[in-house]
Amino acid sequence: MSVSEQQKAAYVAGQAADARVRFELETEGMTLNIGPQHPATHGTLRVIVRLDGEQVVWADPVAGYMHRGYEKLCEVRDYAQVTTLVNRIDWLGSFCNEVPFILAAEELMGIEAPPRAQYIRTVLFEMGRVANLTLFLGDMAAQVGALTPVFYAFRDREYVLNLIEAATGGRFHPNFDRIGGLKEDLPKGWIDETKLVMRKIRHFCDEIDDLLIGNRIFEERCRGIGVIPRDVALEYGLSGANARASGIDWDLRRDEPSVLAWKDADWKVWTHPDGDSFARYWVRQQEVRESTRIVEQLLDGLPSGPIRAKTPARIRVPAGETYVHTENPLGEMGYYVVSDGSPGGPFRCKIRTPSFSNVSIVPWLLRGVYVPDVITILASLYFILGDIDR
Amino acid sequence: MSRLVPESDAGGATVTDSGEAAAPSARIGEVVDGLRAALGDGLIAHHYSARDAWVRVAPGSWREAARVSRELGLSYLSFVSAIDWKQAPGLGGEKLWDPDAEEGDAPGDGPGRWLTGVAGGETRFQVFARLHDVVRHVGLTLKVDAGDGPDGPGGGAPRAESWVPLFRGADWHERECWEMYGIEFDGHPGLRHLYLPGEFEGFPLRKDFPLLAREVKPWPGLVNVEGLPGEDEPTESGDVEPE
Repeated sequence: MSVSEQQKAAYVAGQAADARVRFELETEGMTLNIGPQHPATHGTLRVIVRLDGEQVVWADPVAGYMHRGYEKLCEVRDYAQVTTLVNRIDWLGSFCNEVPFILAAEELMGIEAPPRAQYIRTVLFEMGRVANLTLFLGDMAAQVGALTPVFYAFRDREYVLNLIEAATGGRFHPNFDRIGGLKEDLPKGWIDETKLVMRKIRHFCDEIDDLLIGNRIFEERCRGIGVIPRDVALEYGLSGANARASGIDWDLRRDEPSVLAWKDADWKVWTHPDGDSFARYWVRQQEVRESTRIVEQLLDGLPSGPIRAKTPARIRVPAGETYVHTENPLGEMGYYVVSDGSPGGPFRCKIRTPSFSNVSIVPWLLRGVYVPDVITILASLYFILGDIDR
Repeated sequence: MSRLVPESDAGGATVTDSGEAAAPSARIGEVVDGLRAALGDGLIAHHYSARDAWVRVAPGSWREAARVSRELGLSYLSFVSAIDWKQAPGLGGEKLWDPDAEEGDAPGDGPGRWLTGVAGGETRFQVFARLHDVVRHVGLTLKVDAGDGPDGPGGGAPRAESWVPLFRGADWHERECWEMYGIEFDGHPGLRHLYLPGEFEGFPLRKDFPLLAREVKPWPGLVNVEGLPGEDEPTESGDVEPE
């Protein structure tokens, strides 16, 4: 046998083997069930995907494994009790959930909290964002196989949670916001400690920069993957960093008149034109940096004075309707509160959560992507299950 | 008709067909005027608060209202949801509405049978949605009457037009509304359960769907918990006597 004949035989054998594999590994129409328990889902989201080979042809997220019926429960509680419930919606940035509800109740009652309370609210709000997004920065890296950032993230988030605990008494569920102000003032020495931790968080962002940005594996897994065009993002109601990563220059902290103190700090809204997984990661990283700067500036300019306005002993909200939304770590969070003027709780409390809309795009977004990218795309959309299911 | 809006507010601000009250900002006023020009009689009422606007449209103009709003720049769909205006048992223990009562015994029969919110309403169920303009920063709440459902003539489900042909994101919101209130959305590609198991019966957010925890222990439950050792006994009023 000459060399060329050997090559010819090997080629024919290879063709036969390929044909056999194609025949035996017939994969068209295979249905794969991701979750309900999967590390990428931050809780219990199940995604049913139908595959053609390695490619997703159809995807359907199944929510509801954690549905707690908060909208119904709000109707049978009074206003002061609702904050306890809504703490558990987005559990990583829980103080942020309380604020829009309290603002809605205050608007209906015609009360405004004193400036010091508004400043501390904003500071705690931004610290909730830092605690929340720090974890994302580590977790997203874990989804592409890099484990170090996760440990860094948990390490540095702990400093922030300790401070939130020192100020409010609760690490994850502060329940600190009250109609007309706050429960208590800041503890002694808290301000200096917080400034120190904010520097640590910026250092963490620099470490993440070194580890991931420019890293070939991370870039190849994220660049150009899961691209969401601007108009599709708007149609699905994507908000927060997911929208800003698609080039939508919209941040409620800057664009909505608010009684909170964001307008008194100097900071920037970051956007990215690409709309891919990398853009979503990058925008959130910049947001953490901006949040630490907002916290520092507000603490420097913290006004003195009372932390609670005069409120009636029994909260009674006059009849009316209002919709108050704020820029939460995950996006636009809003409460549509309807009061009938009775002494009890809201007549209707529609809770608009960002993750609900952010995940509703999944059937559209996953069509045509490859299986390994499903996980990075889900991670980059960044949702919290309590925030979808409520 | 009983109103949720304080009289002083309602008298001046909810207007039918004429723009008496001033819009909180010129941009919101432009949007509402644009909707009125396009919908004509389809726009039933509008309402301005100090910083927000509401618009109520006729059931036949619901999808058209969304299309026009989108052309006016409100291209971001915040949410679609619904409300049940039936009066619920109060939290104070007094029963405004008794599920065992005979038909016609309910206090809210005849005119004023249902509560109404801002921009008014005539039926038990209403669908409302929120759109936003992310460039000019204008938000608007749209409302539409969806019928009386089981309390209406002939019963049947409350209905509204679906927004899915315009906003793909309305899919999940409308599924949730259907699941929680039983509202049928005409033109929706497939109303199926979102949160609840497929065999679930009833519509949990309707006011006549009992919350079991409240049936077992009426609100507010046990107010004065047992004092800690060494603490004074709570008095009749629930306050601890000052030393």
